[in-house]
Amino acid sequence: MKIIDKATVKHVALLSRLILNKDELELYSKQLASILSYISKLNEINTKDVPPTSHALATLKNVFRKDLLKPSLNTDDVLKNAPSKEGAFFKCPQVIEGK
Amino acid sequence: MKYETVIGLEVHLQLATQTKVFCGCSTKFGQRPNSQTCPVCLGFPGSLPVLNEEAFYFSIKVALALNCQIQNLIKFDRKNYYYPDLPKNFQISQYDMPLSYNGVVYIAPQGSGERKRVRVKRVHLEEDAGKLVHPERENYSLVDFNRSGVPLLEIVTEPDIASTEEAYDYLVRLKSILKYLKVSDCDMEKGSLRCDANISVRPIGEEALGTKVELKNMNTFKGVRLALEYETKRQIGLAQEGEKIIQETRLWDSEKQITTSMRSKEEAQDYRYFPEPDLVPFVVDNAVIEKIKNSLPELPEAKANRFISEFGLSEYDAGVLTSQIDIADYFEECVKLYPNPKTVANWVTGDIMAQLNARNITMDELDVLPSSLTEILKMIESGVISGKMAKELLLESIETKSRPEDIVKKKDLFQISDTAKLEKMAKAVLKREKKSVRDYKSGKTNALAFLVGQIMRQTKGKANPAIVNEILKKELEG
Repeated sequence: MKIIDKATVKHVALLSRLILNKDELELYSKQLASILSYISKLNEINTKDVPPTSHALATLKNVFRKDLLKPSLNTDDVLKNAPSKEGAFFKCPQVIEGK
Repeated sequence: MKYETVIGLEVHLQLATQTKVFCGCSTKFGQRPNSQTCPVCLGFPGSLPVLNEEAFYFSIKVALALNCQIQNLIKFDRKNYYYPDLPKNFQISQYDMPLSYNGVVYIAPQGSGERKRVRVKRVHLEEDAGKLVHPERENYSLVDFNRSGVPLLEIVTEPDIASTEEAYDYLVRLKSILKYLKVSDCDMEKGSLRCDANISVRPIGEEALGTKVELKNMNTFKGVRLALEYETKRQIGLAQEGEKIIQETRLWDSEKQITTSMRSKEEAQDYRYFPEPDLVPFVVDNAVIEKIKNSLPELPEAKANRFISEFGLSEYDAGVLTSQIDIADYFEECVKLYPNPKTVANWVTGDIMAQLNARNITMDELDVLPSSLTEILKMIESGVISGKMAKELLLESIETKSRPEDIVKKKDLFQISDTAKLEKMAKAVLKREKKSVRDYKSGKTNALAFLVGQIMRQTKGKANPAIVNEILKKELEG
């Protein structure tokens, strides 16, 4: 069985808002298959009795910060790298759901 | 065929912390766009989230007040989707191990007289997204990230709600509990409290659930009620015509009072959840859970029961008084100053709440001292003023922010209870209003009310109506 097919790559591309042409689809399908088969080596380990880890430092838990204000960035700085802006807003293509 | 409705509700609640859930930016509403942002809530590469302790414990508090179990090991997950209001392209949320689960809220819709359980499936903590603004007649949208990262609690029920009335009652009671806990301002206008609904219909007796429709964009509780009513009718109509109900998201249009399909370009939801590796797991000791449980305030239902047993109030009055914490507190303060709970309850649920409704404000905003009301009640009891004068006095006291006693002194509002003076007036009236006297004597007893009214008018409402009544009766019959 193929580790990833073109339909899945297309679907993931859509979720990521990427438009792939035919050549790219071919290329990425191949590359992703190669990456996934390498990673799938991990499946060979028996993890039946190992609790899932959600954080790299297994002994660390309950790390909090107090509810105290810290200075925010200056709005001009925030918008400095924006490809498009209007006033103090970021500007982007229209995204009204349902229209 | 008869149909029944099955509803599940999903409430999003912004927690009233000073700072965002994973960074130190302010959560203050209504500020200049993008002025409360930093590398964390803007999703800059390399920035790391750290959980706000207050947001976490507020969440535990809500979970316990809704009778939920707390998860042994709490972790966060990334919910992946691409949308301009989400700078990281994922939302930090909770997936398979929510903070809490298996809760219950008791409802008692008006008129049904029955108490019903609505199971709470889960309560979990996540971050809010930014705000999108869509300028009219333009082909672009604007993004403000001030809201990005504001702590958001998601409260999801099981599909236990069987009517729009039940849905409305659940929301009112949930909001009341949340206000008691003081964890959020619950202000729907500011978006601090938002509600989505899942609704389906099925033939009565049928076990399997019908196809569900998700309803969004209902900005008020009234909107929720209207949208659910509309959707119930629409779905039953389709079912009766033998047409298929499509699983979809529909938006409530409050102007046209209809729901419309939200034709999303997005494919089936595919969020590719995975654990958030930038946050450590969280464990709350049982001792801490117990401590928080014990520190919870008396909640609306318990308070209502106490008002019934301690003050002898009716179930209805107790329910109304305890529906809002500030009204319940006000009532109790008044009873301390004037220990006649039933009278106080009548005035608070009557005149005081009428003022709140007429002005559409809260008790805090009305800013009337408990002693203002109790002074007035004491004056009625001692006969200094009449009940009618009392109502006007309360209003004036609220409007001018002055003590009722001072107003009475200044405006010479003392009630006339001087019997000799009133007798003299009564005799004059009887002499003048011969027709009414004849009417009364021929058995038309309501002529008495007219005669009392004459004296009340003459004294600009200051005469003590009970005494006037008595005197006139004595004169007429004597």
